[in-house]
Amino acid sequence: MQRIGVFVCWCGTNIAATVDVQAVSDALAKEPGVVLSANYQYMCSQTGQDLIETAIREHALTGVVICSCSPRMHEQTFRKTVARAGLNPYLLEIANIREQCSWIHKDRAQATEKAIILGRAAIAKVQLNTPLQAGQSPVTKRALVIGGGIAGIQTALDIAEAGFAVDIVEKQPTIGGKMTQLDKTFPTLDCAACILTPKMVDCAQNEKIRIFSYSEVEAVSGFVGSFRVTIRKKARYVREDVCTGCGLCTEKCPQKKVPNAFNLGLDTRRAIYIPFAQAVPKVAVIDADYCSMLKNGKCGVCAKVCAAGAIDYTQKDELVECEYGAIVAATGYNPIDLSGYDEFAYSRSPDVVSSLEFERLMNAAGPTGGTLLRPSDKTHPKTIVFVQCVGSRCSAEGKGKTYCSKICCMYTAKHAMLCREKYPDTDVYVFYIDVRTPGKNFDEFYRRAVEEYGVHYIKGMVGKVSPEGGKLKVQASDLLDGRQLHIDADMVVLAAAIEPDKSARPLATMLTASMDTNDFFTEAHPKLRPVESPTAGVFLSGCCQGPKDIPETVAQASAAASKVIGLLSKDSIVCNPCVAQPDELMCNGCSSCEKVCPYGAITYLDKEFRGPNRTTLLRRVAQVNPAVCQGCGACTVACPSGAMDLKGFSNRQIMAEVDAICR
Amino acid sequence: MVFSYFPGCTLKNKGARLDLCGRRAAEALGFTLEELPEWQCCGGVYPQARDEIATRLSSVRALDAARRKGQSLVTLCSACHHVIRRVNGDMQRDAQIRGAVNRYLQLDTPYEGQTQVLHYLEVLRDVIGFDELARRVTRPLTGQRIGAYYGCLLLRPSREMCFDDPENPTILEQFIRAIGAEPVYYAMRNECCGGYTVLEPGGRAQKQAGKVLANAAACGAQTLITACPLCMYNLQKSVGGELPVRYFTELLAQALGLEVES
Repeated sequence: MQRIGVFVCWCGTNIAATVDVQAVSDALAKEPGVVLSANYQYMCSQTGQDLIETAIREHALTGVVICSCSPRMHEQTFRKTVARAGLNPYLLEIANIREQCSWIHKDRAQATEKAIILGRAAIAKVQLNTPLQAGQSPVTKRALVIGGGIAGIQTALDIAEAGFAVDIVEKQPTIGGKMTQLDKTFPTLDCAACILTPKMVDCAQNEKIRIFSYSEVEAVSGFVGSFRVTIRKKARYVREDVCTGCGLCTEKCPQKKVPNAFNLGLDTRRAIYIPFAQAVPKVAVIDADYCSMLKNGKCGVCAKVCAAGAIDYTQKDELVECEYGAIVAATGYNPIDLSGYDEFAYSRSPDVVSSLEFERLMNAAGPTGGTLLRPSDKTHPKTIVFVQCVGSRCSAEGKGKTYCSKICCMYTAKHAMLCREKYPDTDVYVFYIDVRTPGKNFDEFYRRAVEEYGVHYIKGMVGKVSPEGGKLKVQASDLLDGRQLHIDADMVVLAAAIEPDKSARPLATMLTASMDTNDFFTEAHPKLRPVESPTAGVFLSGCCQGPKDIPETVAQASAAASKVIGLLSKDSIVCNPCVAQPDELMCNGCSSCEKVCPYGAITYLDKEFRGPNRTTLLRRVAQVNPAVCQGCGACTVACPSGAMDLKGFSNRQIMAEVDAICR
Repeated sequence: MVFSYFPGCTLKNKGARLDLCGRRAAEALGFTLEELPEWQCCGGVYPQARDEIATRLSSVRALDAARRKGQSLVTLCSACHHVIRRVNGDMQRDAQIRGAVNRYLQLDTPYEGQTQVLHYLEVLRDVIGFDELARRVTRPLTGQRIGAYYGCLLLRPSREMCFDDPENPTILEQFIRAIGAEPVYYAMRNECCGGYTVLEPGGRAQKQAGKVLANAAACGAQTLITACPLCMYNLQKSVGGELPVRYFTELLAQALGLEVES
């Protein structure tokens, strides 16, 4: 006979305000097998856990049901509690009466009734729970960081510092990311290159770090502790081990009209190029879309001038397979495409630029050598209008993003300040909805732009920019003054919203890591586990998780590294015992389960069975590799004969729950 | 293809060309516009007050008449389209207005916004298709540089009108390409023409319309097209800009090789 204990949590007022917790524990006390039913204000607190532990010992409980928050929140906590009292941790069931009940209902009577039903279902299930033993699986002592921007660099350096091997996969020919394109960084105005390039060099020189530049992740299999990752090293048509980075080829290449992506198309480069002088690795790469040798077999100038003999037109993409214990996503961000924002004339006038383009126009290593000139006629702009929140904080039906891109207020203040400092005869306007500067020394920085540098900050939005006669006629509203403004500007700078890099979505699919509707990676807990993905062994670093400035990105990158180090310092990790298990006598070897298994955990075996009259039959039956199975349950639904069952979630247990709900 | 058709008052006098050319072009393109019997003025302006029922009634009568015939309702005048589309939205979404209107009208079956309201341009885009239109054109307006003038009534509020992107509309430019001409993009194409402020002294509407024309001319437009009789009026009365303004149906008829008597 089962002896089940029920513990109903109030969660302060989170549950108790909507659910009558006393009524729930009273009602559940009458369920078959229940010998004890209690409620307490915070079941997850030390006192609450002690209550459970004592009850298990005193009442010799054989099963525990806790009615509380989602199992995603505290199942692990309570499993440990139960285990401390000597009970198998899998004899615990959680009834989620917070997220799935109290938080979504208003009517107290209905919510209470539903909480009782949910508790009843959990009791019905726990009656059939069996003790499960978790196995161990080894941890490969190497981490993979996907993305080589400042986030990925910092994470890799920290992991390497702790003595673990780490690989960086970067899709561009060089690591460094967006930060390489920035001029100065707020709020201290130190030069981005001066603080970033030493870190890039550290990465290259650290013997624990391998850099796969111009490479992309092609496939991921396995699970925490032993991921198998296929990396595609894209053909750069230059032998990385031979090229000295002298740059002669990039000067002699006759193909001069290639838009320079590093300068956002504001100038041109050759078909063979090194993205910028401080690139790591400093190795040339051939742009196959523009190289005439690769396109029609004519030219070969770079091969002729290369003293090292590094050019190899026959190079092919190469696939590399590696094992990792942990994976860090650091795929970063991009400014949104502004072609949908023609009210600001972005695609009609070259003098309407994005903030990142403006960054290049101010950069000493940029297309104008750091002199601010209008792209259209190379003259000094005398009046510059900055527009903030372009594509940020939009209504849900609109074309933009609903979120705040977070970094724009500060970099616009920086741009405005630098303009006024370098060119004091320039009139600078900034149009804003709100100025948000809640970082350390951030508001002081913004106030300096207004008070010391005389930047005209105007609350209101620009409605229209019309290019007319070499000027940009800006029509805007001044909300505080309640009037319409007309400014004849020479340049307009749009603070474009930022969005996750396009590679993040397919990567999330490969990693089975969850994302939000904006394609930012979801963290395991928004407050308490901010650098972990809900998928075990996958960690998040930088803007792939949400908009961030550099200080925040670096902080999160180091946090992600510390989580990786924590994982890699273990020799083995405890596996999830809730895995699929086939009943060989019922299995007919149809392969339905194998086809739906996303992890490749199912194989088939021809196995001998005893037939009637002492005969031996050879039958094909499914086998599950418990180390690979993640317990998703897809196979249990696909199996036509009902042979596949998930331990801890068997068909009988699920049906018992359904029966209890329908009772 | 047969549609119910709501021409509206202006198309019966000052805006007669918009109507006439539109009907003739429809025949040539193989769809029929059946004018609703006994239609009433749309009111000209969408009533903003939630408790204002009387001014919504004529729209609902037209919408209900189209429903009884089982047809979509096509409009041509921007103002009529604006009012009827938004009233239809009210009847779909606003239980208070829907209830009051139905209690007053006492229709056999209550009207709940079942009728699809289409602007003539939407018929061209979504039913005929601009590619098909381009194939039917017999006298393309090759070499003409035409500016599309949207005004505001067709586009805004975009959530209710669902006509085109209110900031970067393209439907009229697609139309201009289909009839063989070259669209001219200019910033003021979706700005207000001055609208009903033309009734106030001070010449504000004339100035505003003048800015539209000046901007279009500066960008190289030779002609402007519009779907709105009020825009047409204001642009023609404007101060500071001179550019021929035509109804889009006039150029459509011309491109289809139709001779439409004046």
